[in-house]
Amino acid sequence: MNDMHGGTCVLRAQGLRKEYGKNGGLVRAVNGVDLEVMAGETVAVMGPSGCGKSTLLYLMGGLDRPTAGEIWLGGKRLDQLSERGLSRLRRDAVGFVFQAFHLMDELTAVENVELPALLAGRAPRAARKKAAELLDRVGLADRARFLPTALSGGQRQRVAVARALVADPQVVLADEPTGNLDSAATVEVLRLFDRLHTAGQTLVIVTHDPRVAATADRMISMRDGAFTDQTRLQGGTTGRLGNLAGLEG
Amino acid sequence: MGKTLLVARLAARDIRRHKAQAILLLLAITAAATTLVLGLALDGVTNQPYQQTRAATNGPDLVASYGVNILCPGKVPCLVSAVQVQADTSALTHLGGVTRYSGPYPVASVILRSRGLSVPVQAEGRGQAPASVDQPKLTSGSWVRPGGVVIERTLATALGVGVGDQVTLGGRQFTVAGIAVTAAAAPYPNCQDTDCLFTMRTSNNLSSLNVGLTWVTEADARAMASPQAPLSYVLNLKLKDPAAAPALASQFLSSLGGEGAGMGRGIDSINTWQDISSAAGQLVQDEQSVLQPGALLAVLLAVASVAVLAGGRMAERTRRVGLLKAVGSTPGLVAAVLVAENLALALLAAAAGLVIGWAAAPLITNPGAGLIGTAGAPSITLATIGLTVALALAVALASTLVPSIRAARSSTVSALADSPRPPRRRAALIALSARLPVPLLLGIRMAAGRMRRAVLGAASIAVTSAGIVALLTFRATVDHNLGPTAGQVGDPVITRDTQMLAVLTVVLIALAVLNAVCTAWATVLDYRRSSALARALGASPRQVSAGVAWAQVLPAVPGTLLGIPLGILLFKIASPGKMIIPPVWWLAAAVLATLAAVALLASIPAHIGTRRPAAEVLQSETA
Repeated sequence: MNDMHGGTCVLRAQGLRKEYGKNGGLVRAVNGVDLEVMAGETVAVMGPSGCGKSTLLYLMGGLDRPTAGEIWLGGKRLDQLSERGLSRLRRDAVGFVFQAFHLMDELTAVENVELPALLAGRAPRAARKKAAELLDRVGLADRARFLPTALSGGQRQRVAVARALVADPQVVLADEPTGNLDSAATVEVLRLFDRLHTAGQTLVIVTHDPRVAATADRMISMRDGAFTDQTRLQGGTTGRLGNLAGLEG
Repeated sequence: MGKTLLVARLAARDIRRHKAQAILLLLAITAAATTLVLGLALDGVTNQPYQQTRAATNGPDLVASYGVNILCPGKVPCLVSAVQVQADTSALTHLGGVTRYSGPYPVASVILRSRGLSVPVQAEGRGQAPASVDQPKLTSGSWVRPGGVVIERTLATALGVGVGDQVTLGGRQFTVAGIAVTAAAAPYPNCQDTDCLFTMRTSNNLSSLNVGLTWVTEADARAMASPQAPLSYVLNLKLKDPAAAPALASQFLSSLGGEGAGMGRGIDSINTWQDISSAAGQLVQDEQSVLQPGALLAVLLAVASVAVLAGGRMAERTRRVGLLKAVGSTPGLVAAVLVAENLALALLAAAAGLVIGWAAAPLITNPGAGLIGTAGAPSITLATIGLTVALALAVALASTLVPSIRAARSSTVSALADSPRPPRRRAALIALSARLPVPLLLGIRMAAGRMRRAVLGAASIAVTSAGIVALLTFRATVDHNLGPTAGQVGDPVITRDTQMLAVLTVVLIALAVLNAVCTAWATVLDYRRSSALARALGASPRQVSAGVAWAQVLPAVPGTLLGIPLGILLFKIASPGKMIIPPVWWLAAAVLATLAAVALLASIPAHIGTRRPAAEVLQSETA
């Protein structure tokens, strides 16, 4: 799948709709969204709370099923996959980063990071090695044996990012990744995303924070379940994250 | 007053909102309370029917059986001379305190055959006129006539014969003229534990312990005698002071030089009415020995069920606790609301247990066909009510106090966020599970994170497994003692014991089922976030469901194995006689079936849990 610029389209949604309830109580959380994300691109979806951006992210990651429309990830049509197929896809092709980190409190940082690899049936030693490498990459090698409760918010989110990367996913989907962080921690995480972007990782970030959205290649505004505006940005591609107003660490 | 009203109102509303859980809790405590009521209801119930039968038949105080020396060497019993029989009769009828007597009646020891079944019986020769002591009470048909036999009712029931049926006695054809009960002998099989009131030497391989009783005409009884089975005699004595019967019997035997010497001269047995009454109560005594330890097991299971249920209820009410505290409730008030809910349900369950136990008791206090009258519905005494209510409240309190206090002391902020209590970290198990397939990896981590629940689950399975093993041990012991049973008449006591054990096992299994489902449900609730996360990270719903099932099966393995020695011990306590350990393959099959059942039951709530979209769970946890 090639776009007009000749890059490969990793993720594509067409006529995507997600409805809850019926009759008078019908809510269209996502209402006719079309989206294409190219390999190596960072796309930020921005909008107020409740506009449907998290739902869109979960639909694109195969965590939820759409009411109508098509979703393609790496050439596979997600909306027609069985539950088992979706699980495999999430395991191999998608990495999630959540606002609330969603780390398992009883597992250390390295155990959290290796978990998806173990779920994918990788050898424990290989999984541990990869997890250790990723923790090193996110700057937390010395915190590998710490429990999440002993880590700061920014460190927890970096562990979550490392976990999202453990299966070398085609796309990392981040849901308000800085929503629970202070400014300093936000910078930590955005620098990490910047490094991922530089390394060619495809990223879709859902946020209501314009400062975070400004770091992307492309910013899409969303309201009432639909895209209202799309802007191509320079910030994300020029690596000037730390210089953005209000994010100086 | 205002606070009490508030606690009551909050508790009532919560019960109404979570009806299914309230019903499960109610069922668990009701089952335990009912078993206890039944156990208590059996105390002394047989006395009443035996006394009714004794009054209706002019029952004797002493029954002497004599005239044949069954201990004499050789294959054939030695006949005692007529002079000796006369002397013994005279000695017995002239004992101090004897006011009336009937007999001596001639008794032939023969084999009764009917519908392919054989049973050794004593055919007692009787006259047409009613006897002044021990006139058996006909429950159907008519009294003895030439060629017509009257069969003791328990034996007739075991044989499945009725009035008008044809049977053979000692090789001769007889028509069943009537069915009757007596207080002069215990109902068939006439034994208490391994002590039988009738003994009979037979030439074939039939059991000589379980001997039935029939009545024929005197002429028919005499005609059935043979050198191999000579006539013996039975004499029924009525005493001035029935309570003195045991003393008088031992005085008589002492005068002969002891029981052995008495048998040497043909005195087979001197049975007191107290012995007979006690043997007649064997059915209910056996029930008691099954039900009383059974009630204890049921209570233990109920505690485990209620503890798990209460824990699960707390997990669901975290946000409610947070809200209560946020609007100003003290930790004490929060704990009071939670405990009050369970205490109210426990009181209701105690009442239900008392009513069900009271209604069901006549079914198990039925003394059997050998006695007339019934024990009637047991009276619900204040002690029974007090004990049952105390048990129900203790079960509820013991199992809900800790989670209630824990909930009351939890942080308001985290309670409002409705985040589940974090699981306990077990580093060694986490490391070990990394090497295992995904369902086992998830299952081990779930079980390890909630060790208290795993222990409760193991204990609950151990109790159930113990009940099943006790039943198997009983079956193995009965099979061994009876040997090949083809052609033999079933023993009503063993039949009733089997039924009671089966009923008890069903109760235990029902409670264990409840427990397994509740434990799995609580696990699903506790691990809702972790499970959703595992799915987001690539585990399939089936792997997550299997993980929940493994989390229940893993503690069930030691529980089931522990149940084997516990069950054998339970049987030993309930039945102190000879015991046969069931074959290994029986035990192995029981263990495997139990584990399979646990896995199956756990997979139900596990499957339901995975039907909620992972995205929904993760989003609600974020909120």
